[in-house]
Amino acid sequence: MTTVPVVSSSITIPSIHYLAILPVIILLGASVVLVFATALVRTKVTQFVASSVTVAASVAVLVVTYFQWRCLDSSGPSTTIAHAIVLDGFSVVATGVVAVSLLMATLVAHDWALRERIVGAEYQILALAASAGAVLMTQANDLVVIFLGLEILSLGLYVLVAFDRHRHTSAEAALKYFLLGGFASAIFIYGAALVYGATGSTNLSTMSYFLASNVLTHPGLLYAGFALLIVGFSFKIAAVPFHLWSPDVYEGAPTPVTGFMASIVKVGAFAAFVRVLISALGTQIDTWRPILWVLVVLTTVVGASVALLQRNAKRMLAYSSINHAGFILLGIWAGTTRGVASTLFYIVTYAPTVVATFAVVTLVGGLGDENHSIGGYRGLARRQPWLGASMCVLLLSQLGAPLTSGFYAKYSVLASTIDVGGSPLALIALLSAAIAACFYLRWSSALYSDEPVEATRIVVPLSTGIVIGVGVAMTLVFGIWPGPLVTLCQHATLLFTP
Amino acid sequence: MNVPASWYLILAAVLFGIGAFGLLTRRSALIMFMCIELMLNAVNLTFVTFARTLSDIGGQATVFFVMVVAAAEVTVGLGIVVAVFRRRSSTSVDELSELKG
Repeated sequence: MTTVPVVSSSITIPSIHYLAILPVIILLGASVVLVFATALVRTKVTQFVASSVTVAASVAVLVVTYFQWRCLDSSGPSTTIAHAIVLDGFSVVATGVVAVSLLMATLVAHDWALRERIVGAEYQILALAASAGAVLMTQANDLVVIFLGLEILSLGLYVLVAFDRHRHTSAEAALKYFLLGGFASAIFIYGAALVYGATGSTNLSTMSYFLASNVLTHPGLLYAGFALLIVGFSFKIAAVPFHLWSPDVYEGAPTPVTGFMASIVKVGAFAAFVRVLISALGTQIDTWRPILWVLVVLTTVVGASVALLQRNAKRMLAYSSINHAGFILLGIWAGTTRGVASTLFYIVTYAPTVVATFAVVTLVGGLGDENHSIGGYRGLARRQPWLGASMCVLLLSQLGAPLTSGFYAKYSVLASTIDVGGSPLALIALLSAAIAACFYLRWSSALYSDEPVEATRIVVPLSTGIVIGVGVAMTLVFGIWPGPLVTLCQHATLLFTP
Repeated sequence: MNVPASWYLILAAVLFGIGAFGLLTRRSALIMFMCIELMLNAVNLTFVTFARTLSDIGGQATVFFVMVVAAAEVTVGLGIVVAVFRRRSSTSVDELSELKG
């Protein structure tokens, strides 16, 4: 037996920059407040109260990101809490996108909950917690923190997917999502363990420093580690061949949840993916590039071609989002500052578009959330010109038509790919966009078909209407006048801590 | 007795492999669920082994995070399994065929 020596009487804790973690605190705090309100208040917490708290929290996060941006401008990017959290331009912009997505998705879900007569604040609690996870992923500078963010995000979403108790498919989709999501998380953290073994740290900055200053004699462990990390991320962003869960989950989940999921998972997972590949493993770019090359080709082509065969709006949008994931990966493949900026621009413009698209799908789905065949959209724009035209603009933006934000997003990732000599890859991606154009155009022309269809008029509730309007406005404004947003994204990328 | 660290790593890799194989081949949601837990514990063993070889406390601390996440996954996962079971009285994923995928 040895006696334990008393080393010191005080413990030094790492310094905390509270402004950096304020968004996570606000989101989790609002979630906890709602949990307590549900438990302590005698009457049921109404949808109105729960949604108001959520909206207030997301607005507060947007305000905080403004102050974070000002702080960045004056003192530059920094890390805090023992370098586990980073405050840089990239994380601030991505946090803002998460907040906007949460705000829009909450407004849509509010009307949906009223329509489906859902009582209680569970939806908002889980959505707030999941957003906190997504924000944590965008700020994480440590593989363990990324893992925690990923899990907070995913655990919230598993339950949200199972939220619709009236439909069998909802719980079924949740089980599939849970099993494959758990599998992906286990693969991710095993990859983190192997990378830790190879580099001696889970911290991204330390890792990058270690890899830049040492040559590994046996890089097998490192390669195995980051291959597993890439597989884990590919599951989360639904890159082919790890996409099989995505159409089922998109179809089975309640439609507002699908829109929410499609936007914030993409933001969180891609932000963390960029950080791991570019800032931690940037020195290994020649090794991970071929893997990403294959992923991009498969994801863009399979996503676009299989979407052609779909008859269900939600499944079609799932494959369309797989196709988009391929395009976003292009920016990471490029691996340059311009590539990262274009990835960020793509995420920023894609997230509101997809939430607004699913808002329309929610309305067309009708009571019970069942009516999702493409046939249901026939002549929608003739009956209800505003709703139909909005859907048309949103679809054209996802197609990448000029004058919509999707055009510049696609153009900038392709341009950054060609910059680093990826012309064949850019060509393949472009061809996939042409294939994808077929189904977007088929859907858009269905909106304007003049066959008489028996359909009831769709009531557009106020807050969903606002979300659709804002989504369309952002699509058009950033499409016609992308300059300021492009500058913001480039500026954000320059403030990217390696 | 001196046990080389690589033995632990190989054991962890084998456990992880068993978990992954089980997840892909078994058809009961509960068994698949157990396989995920097995994989996470294999990861824990890897972390602890590396923490010892690197003399770094970080790897051991990580294990606690992984354990907490695994516990949280259990609560959510079992909740979903129960929700499915109530409707179908079966936890076999083969019978979950309403969503073709």
